[in-house]
Formats: sequence, C-alpha cells, structure tokens
Amino acid sequence: MPLFSAPAVNAVAVEERAAALAKRSIKKGAKVAGLKLSISMMDLTTLEGKDTAGKVRQMCRKAVTPMDSDPTLPSCAAVCVYPNFVTIAKAALEGSAVKVASVATAFPSGQSPIAVKLDDVRRAVEFGADEIDMVIDRGAMLSGDYAKVFDEIAATKEACGPAHLKVILETGELGSYDVVRKASDLAIAAGADFIKTSTGKIQPAATPPVTLVMLEAIRDHFYQTGVRIGMKPAGGVRTAKQALHYLVIVKETLGDAWLTPDLFRFGASALLNDVLMQLEKERTGNYQASEDFSKD
Amino acid sequence: MAGEKKTATSVTGRDDDGTTLPGSAGLPRGGPIARHADSEAPAPRVTVNKAYKMYVGGAFVRSESGRYFQVRGSAVGHDTDPPTVNVPRASRKDVRDAVLVAHNAKVSWAARTPFNRGQILYRLAEVLESRSSELEASLVRGGTDADDAAAEVDASIDRAVFYAGMADKVSALVATHNPVSGPHFGFSIPEPMGVIGVIAPEKPTLLGLLSTVLPVVTTGNTAVALASELDPRTAILFCECLATSDFPGGVINVLTGHPFEVAPIMAKHREVTGIDAWLSDAELRTQVERLGADSVKRAKTHAPRDLEFWLGERQGQGIGWVEPFLETKTVWHPVGL
Repeated sequence: MPLFSAPAVNAVAVEERAAALAKRSIKKGAKVAGLKLSISMMDLTTLEGKDTAGKVRQMCRKAVTPMDSDPTLPSCAAVCVYPNFVTIAKAALEGSAVKVASVATAFPSGQSPIAVKLDDVRRAVEFGADEIDMVIDRGAMLSGDYAKVFDEIAATKEACGPAHLKVILETGELGSYDVVRKASDLAIAAGADFIKTSTGKIQPAATPPVTLVMLEAIRDHFYQTGVRIGMKPAGGVRTAKQALHYLVIVKETLGDAWLTPDLFRFGASALLNDVLMQLEKERTGNYQASEDFSKD
Repeated sequence: MAGEKKTATSVTGRDDDGTTLPGSAGLPRGGPIARHADSEAPAPRVTVNKAYKMYVGGAFVRSESGRYFQVRGSAVGHDTDPPTVNVPRASRKDVRDAVLVAHNAKVSWAARTPFNRGQILYRLAEVLESRSSELEASLVRGGTDADDAAAEVDASIDRAVFYAGMADKVSALVATHNPVSGPHFGFSIPEPMGVIGVIAPEKPTLLGLLSTVLPVVTTGNTAVALASELDPRTAILFCECLATSDFPGGVINVLTGHPFEVAPIMAKHREVTGIDAWLSDAELRTQVERLGADSVKRAKTHAPRDLEFWLGERQGQGIGWVEPFLETKTVWHPVGL
C-alpha cells in the first residue's frame, strides 16, 4: 500500500455547500435537458432476493426504451443485477449500448473470505458483466486496517480484467466524512474506476454532502495525476429534483467533463419513473399520476 | 428604593448584594419590568394576531409562492384581527404538494375499517362541538348573519355525526348481489377512488366545506379542498379542529385561494381521480368539466345553492353525496366452492 494521507473534512462547510447547491432552480429547457441526461446516467438496479429472470428482462427492456411513447428518450447507462442474472441481462440487452453491471464480492456485507469474493468477481465477469460493483470491508476500514481494504480492492481490480470496477464505500456505515474521504482516496489509489456511495441496503444511503466529499476526492486526484475517476451515488435518489441537484453538485465540483455516463452514474430504481413523470409534465403541462407509468 | 432595586434585578443584571455585573451597567429598565413598578400605569396589551395558514399533510403551511390575498376583517366587536387580513393564496405547486400528500395518505386511510373512519368523524364532531362558539363568532366576523351562523354551526356538527354514522353503512347501501345467468355469484362492491379535489361553495363558508369534504373522505378517499375565498378564516379554524381530531395528516387538506386559479389545476392533475366543484362562474364550470374529461377524471360541477339547501337534512347530506366518488368493483365467484 502506498503511503497516503487523506485530508480532514469540514463537516459544517460540506453540508452548507451541498445545501446551497441544492437551491438552484432549474426550469423548462434546462430541466428537460438535465432530466434526459440523468436517464442516460442511470444504472437501473434490482438487487433483491425475490428477483426473477422475468423481472430482470423487463427491467432491461425499460433500460433500453424507458418510455415507449417517446422513442427519442436516451437509454439508461446500465442495468445492475446480481451475478446470477448477468447472463439473462446480457442476452436481453444484446444489440443495445446498455451495459451490464453486476454486484460481487459478497454483496452487500462483503464479509466473506477474499478467495470467495474474488471468485464471485471472476464468475460475474465470465458471465459477461461489463462492470463490477464491489463492496469494501467496512469492518476493516473502521478498525483502521487500511492495508486490508486496499489489498482487497487491488486484488478485485485484477480479477475484473477488462470489466470496469466500481467500489462501494457504504458511506452510511462509515460514521464520518473523514472516513468517507479516507476510503475514497484509498479506493482510488487501489485502482477503482468509479467510487460509489452505497449498496442501497443501509440507511442513510447517498446524500448530497457525502457525494460532495467523494467528488472532492476525485477532483484532488485529478489535479495530482490528471486521471478522471467516476462517481456513482446510489440509494436514496428517488426524485427528479434530487437528480438535478446531484448534477449541479457534479458540475460545480468537477465541471462539464464529468457530466457524462462514462464518469457519473445514478444507482436507482424508483428514480426513473419520477424523471419520466416530470418529463411528461413538461411535455403536456399537466401533472401526472404514478399509476400511468410501468412499475418495472 | 429598596423595592425598586429588587424589581430591577433580573434586567440590569445586578446580583443580590447590589454589585453590578460586568457589561450590564446602564441598561435601561424595559417594558415588562415597568408593569411591576407601582409608580407607572400598566402598558396597553399588544394583541397577538393569528397568521392564517393552509392545512396540508396535517401541518399548517404558507403558500410555497409566498403569495397572499386579503380578506377584510369585519366591524364585528370580537374580531381582533386588523382591518385587512392576509391569507395564503394557493399556487399551482401548492396544489401539487397537497395532491402528493393526499396520494401518500390514501392507502392507509382506505385500509382502515369503515367503523374506524366513523369513529374519527365522530371525534371531529366532538371537537367541533367544543369549539362551536368560536366557529360561530368566526362566521359572523366573516360576514355571515348572526342567526344563520348559529344554525350553520349546529348543522355542521350534525353533518359530521351524520357521516360518522354513514361510514360503515355505505357498503350495505351501495353494494349489490347481482342476478347473473350462470353458476356464479356476482358481487358489486364500492371502493374509494383515491384523491378527490373539492372546490367548496362560496357560501355557506363552513357548512359548505364540511358538506362537500366529509362525504368524500367517509368512504376512504382523501381530499384536497379549496376553501371559500369569502371567509377562509373560518375554514382555517375548521382545519384546527381537524388537526386536533384523530384525522391522520393528509386525509383532508385545505387550501385557501381563488377558484379561477386552483380549480383548473386540480381538474387537469392526473393524480386527482375526481373533482367536486361548486363554482358560481358558469364558464369556469365548463372549463373544469373539459379539463376533467381530458385527464379521465370524474368531474362534478354545481352552481351555488341557497342556505336552505345546505341546512336541509334531505338535500344537504345523504348517500347521494357519497356515491359519486366511489368506484364499483364487480367480482364473479363460482357457485359451490
């Protein structure tokens, strides 16, 4: 593990700034453009014990064509599923640009032997996953065993081969912004292509301040090395308005270069329908009913 | 002198032995202290005026737009409000927010037993009864004739009791066992529709609001209502009764503002499944019906009626008020199973 030190985070200032950035009013044309961009950045996700092949196929269809009545809408960036559904998702998405992301490394707790976790990753890649969402060992992180966290990320990166690696920090379990910042720097140093806030299984999941802290880690890394790392808030982003606020935070922290699905993603399931509802509202001028949009 | 010094202790910051604490020297004696001093006459009391707010999601809120409209305080003696009173003027987004909370409240409200909804309505009647003199005074200051106000409050309380009793009888009155040809039972069962928009009549200001909103929520719908713009203060007082009864937040939401602004927005909102609009403007009634049709909504519009109509137990209440906002579910069940 290389020698590194993460800066301390001013919690009050971070929360203040995140709250200030959430006050921007984005309307009309800019709103529509922002909402369409956010669809193109979405990792449409289903990570439940009750997932079935049928549900995954239906979700893949929705990821390619979010709303049948408007074929001009962009596709989502990816679908995010458990390793067991990678093959099914891959087949369902054939011919589209939508990628398949798979969670691995004993998601969501990460509390399995490293050999099992790496095997999990290799199999998911073998099945055809384009992206791997790994979880860090939060217990090791909190007890200060940074070398273990680093080594596991580095080993997972190696196991990924050509697949992109997203590192889930599970910020809701890390306790403070300082630890979030430390974990972000650690993950980036160990080879993450993306850093991601949460599994979606723990509350709080993604919040604007925690995202800001991680984006600043990405910015500092870019200043030092010129390398662009991606960011993925996941869990808790449910409304179109929240999505726009995240885009504002990204633009103000990292600039337009990050406003692309290659460097910014939303991990979400309920968000898409709210975005579609708001787009329909902008198109027709009428408020919409949630019942009018497909559930899956 | 000794007495005066003791009185001033808390203000000037002197401690008990009369020494002055740092930084407190020369502090003037303030108003509250002056009232205790024997030598001065009591200062006239400053009346505390109410900030009138709309009732959304169980909370009293201002309009998100920050807009207000003004109603005149009346010349009646017990009106402590200033000559003109600011009342929130609901905007498009206030309607949206209210519909959202009503939408979120509808599942759990509909899931309660009809008997329980009846209990809650009866509780509302209890609260109204305990505040009847206040409601009456509010009606009078809002321009209602004194005799009419007394009758209106009484009828309002009785109306809440009526719908409390109606709650668990709707199913028996409306559901049917259909004579079908074949080895089946056919049942038709009423179900709530969801979020209903209500534009309350201009007059009577209290009874009109109650009479239109209660039949809607009795069966498990939730309501977003626009109170009469003539006397929104009484409607807000009614909301205070709602807040202290057992109604869950979001079941009845009351906005204040102008029908010409609010009614079309409710009428075209897709999440609002029905609208009951009492409007004096015939053109606005037509507009509500047209927008309601465009958004596949059950739109009922009515011209104003006189007080007799509303007071009457035959006309102003009944199953006919409840039925328009029910959806019928028909179930076929094989005979012999």
